[in-house]
Amino acid sequence: MPAVSMTVNGKAVSGDVEARTLLVQFLRENLRLTGTHVGCDTSQCGACVVHIDGIATKSCTTLALQCEGAKVTTIEGLAEPNGPLHPMQEAFREHHGLQCGFCTPGMIMAALDIVRRRGNDLDEHTIREQLDGNICRCTGYHNIVKAIAAGAKAMAKGGAHQAAE
Amino acid sequence: MGATGIGAAVRRKEDFRFITGKGQYTDDVVRPGETRAVFVRSPHAHAKIKTIDISTAKSLPGVVAILTGAELANDKIGNLICGWMIHSKDGTPMKMAPHPALASGKVNYVGDAVAVVIAETLAQARDAAEKVKVDYDVLPAVTDPAKTKAGPQIHEVAPKNTIYEWHLGDAKATEAAFSSAKHVTRLDIINNRLVPNAMEPRAALAEYDAGTDGLTLWNTSQNPHVARLVIAAFVGMAPEHKLRVIAPDVGGGFGSKIFIYPEEVVCLWAARKIQRPVKWTADRSESFLTDAHGRDHVTHAELALDVNGRILALRAKTIANLGAYMSTFSSSVPTYLYGTLLSGQYDIPQIYCEVDAVYTNTTPVDAYRGAGRPEATFVVERLVEVAARQLEIDPADLRRRNFIKSFPHQTPVIMAYDAGDYNASLRKALELADVKGFNKRKRESARHGKLRGLGYSTYIEACGLAPSQAVGSLGAGVGLWESAEVRVNPTGSVEVLTGSHAHGQGHETTFAQLVSERLGIPFESVSIVHGDTDKVQFGMGTYGSRSGAVGMTAIVKALDKIEAKAKKVAAFMLEAAEGDIEFKDGKFTVAGTDKSAAFGDVALNAYIAHKFSGAELEPGLKETSFYDPTNFTFPAGCHICEVEVDVDTGKTEIVNWTAVDDFGTVINPMIVEGQVHGGIAQGIGQALLEGAVYDKDGQLVTGSMMDYTMPRAHDLPSFHIGLTETKSPSNPLGIKGCGEAGAIASPAAVINAITDAIGTEELAMPATANAVWAALKRARPRQAA
Repeated sequence: MPAVSMTVNGKAVSGDVEARTLLVQFLRENLRLTGTHVGCDTSQCGACVVHIDGIATKSCTTLALQCEGAKVTTIEGLAEPNGPLHPMQEAFREHHGLQCGFCTPGMIMAALDIVRRRGNDLDEHTIREQLDGNICRCTGYHNIVKAIAAGAKAMAKGGAHQAAE
Repeated sequence: MGATGIGAAVRRKEDFRFITGKGQYTDDVVRPGETRAVFVRSPHAHAKIKTIDISTAKSLPGVVAILTGAELANDKIGNLICGWMIHSKDGTPMKMAPHPALASGKVNYVGDAVAVVIAETLAQARDAAEKVKVDYDVLPAVTDPAKTKAGPQIHEVAPKNTIYEWHLGDAKATEAAFSSAKHVTRLDIINNRLVPNAMEPRAALAEYDAGTDGLTLWNTSQNPHVARLVIAAFVGMAPEHKLRVIAPDVGGGFGSKIFIYPEEVVCLWAARKIQRPVKWTADRSESFLTDAHGRDHVTHAELALDVNGRILALRAKTIANLGAYMSTFSSSVPTYLYGTLLSGQYDIPQIYCEVDAVYTNTTPVDAYRGAGRPEATFVVERLVEVAARQLEIDPADLRRRNFIKSFPHQTPVIMAYDAGDYNASLRKALELADVKGFNKRKRESARHGKLRGLGYSTYIEACGLAPSQAVGSLGAGVGLWESAEVRVNPTGSVEVLTGSHAHGQGHETTFAQLVSERLGIPFESVSIVHGDTDKVQFGMGTYGSRSGAVGMTAIVKALDKIEAKAKKVAAFMLEAAEGDIEFKDGKFTVAGTDKSAAFGDVALNAYIAHKFSGAELEPGLKETSFYDPTNFTFPAGCHICEVEVDVDTGKTEIVNWTAVDDFGTVINPMIVEGQVHGGIAQGIGQALLEGAVYDKDGQLVTGSMMDYTMPRAHDLPSFHIGLTETKSPSNPLGIKGCGEAGAIASPAAVINAITDAIGTEELAMPATANAVWAALKRARPRQAA
């Protein structure tokens, strides 16, 4: 079995994986980082979104081996342990942008990427269009849109841990 | 109310773990020595199993065991059941076909499990599953519920694939009303089959402890105690006291996680056989094939009215597709959760409903958000809207003329509505939706080549399931009460062990709001415990919009007992008569004096027990209630949908959504609105985008999220939500419940709006762009492109 090494949430990790092992499986099973979820098998739902070298990527459609030497950030890496939450995380709680929570890590990671690409002043139409790759069955998206708009604004106000890298 | 009491929009306690990725869903749980299971499933909709050859598969690396239906039967594992008896018109009981957890002899739908492969890793299990050779004798399949009675017989016990032929109401009186009616509106309606697709796929992890002969099951269940009961008593897996079921964080259910499925049964059985934990998690394609589907009704409906638009009678004849096997609650959905709501918000003197439930070679069908009430609302609200158009009466006005105005109101279909004010919701919705300005907006849209339409849905539903005797008399095999244990700790914090189970509804927050306000203790001092049959007393779980009305009332009853006991303790502490003790804002006071004791001090004293003897009072402060509701509750409201249809493409844009709902008392308006948003989204999904399609061979063509259109953020508008309030008279909190209302009301509002826009009623759900374009072309050949 080939070996793979990468940085996940700032920590150097490595493991032996099969060539076909998906990144999401490596994260969940090898590293026990179960915050990234598998919700579909056709790359539609977005519950698996992580950041690879700062870019939102669906970890269900990425092989672990593809991430050799890469910097991966998962939902668990957004806030320091016992530290303050990331403003986007706070915004989801403040605006009731989650119910069952299963799509939420992917939503938050995708939201951060929307801010990276479209800035901190996001209108409703933009957010709705940009969430094409993230499916939620519980919220009807109404509060997710509000949360993302608020989180984006809060990120503009500065502070540590603004962009997940 | 305060910042954290009843009515406050308190932010949720449970969110922290979900926004930081620390939730514990079933697939997140890992047990030492865990093996992984993959099911071998039938690729045919209908076939005899000739042979199963596991020899190659068994020799693959990492394979621990491969088990089939023959071994399951040999080990005398019982079948899955449907727990609600329905009788046909002629008095005969429903024809419930045997449903073994692994097929024996015959497969009846694509996805029917035939064998399970257990290996060290998931990849190894998948590799081996592909090598299991099953030899089938393929049989002709039937998938159309309207054609199945003439199709190949699927089950021996059910000739003509008919499960039951049920009815409700007075056929003769209804016919008399129709024959004398000035106007009859007739509609043929298909309520399209849906795949629930909660974002978390179903999963089961079973572990056997040989030392104690105990089985533990982690399962994505909405009702772990019910799962435990069914698996113990009916499937015969183990005695109840040797089976622990844990439903940890569950990622959405919408009904699909109520039922007891083959996979958890097989995992338990296998875990005990191989004496290692067995974990199975569905992949999404598997969810599509095996999660209970929703809806799938074919209905002919008629509405009789007099010359003034007063409704005289309604009748409906429905064929309900229950799929290849009867799922746990399947029989009740198209009968007592459907026919009994056909009065809608209207004073209808006569109603008659006939429902034929049938088998087809498709995935089993059971309750899905709304369960029977969306189907009923669609029938009633389409009939009323179309009648209004045919009679050239304003649709809001026709509704007003027929609203029930005095309560209690006994409908001809069992339900007695206790309280409501339908005019209030309609009036508020008309205002919020600016219906007055619609014609102007319509003209503006026309200038841009768009057709604008407006559709109403004034719905009512029955939920807060349910008074046990009532449902028992209708065939339910279980009661539908709820339980709560309130455990006050010596240091004054409180744990509430509830038989309800949240899978998104925020009970850890709303239940804590209730307790905090009642006991006058901080919101942070209250913990809600649910989901583990080892911790929590028997409860019936969460579905049917019942956790507020029934679950919270059980807590109230337990709190009443806590208050009574605490007063006794306080009396000893304050050296007063029990009758002189008052409790308010977290303090026990001797009436007319300033002698008082805080709740926390009373709690400590209850456990230290120095102020009273054991003969006078038992120590401790912990009380339980099993609460059986006295009636259903009846949320109701008005949804108004405004659409713009593009004439060239048929694409519908929802330009405004207004919902005014009456849920009685609202504990947390933020959470209630969230429930409405989610329900509306699913209803819009049904109306515009979703639909499970089988081909003639019984293959599920819409078998993944590539082919089945899940609503995305850009498919949906923001929603304008309003509330009116008539408290439910049947529980002390006045709660009606809100979890399903959005999904119940919305499909009719969408289709009413689009048909208003395009000027034809010939439109089925899902009203995709293609469907609307085709309908336009048929209706106005010169105007469509």
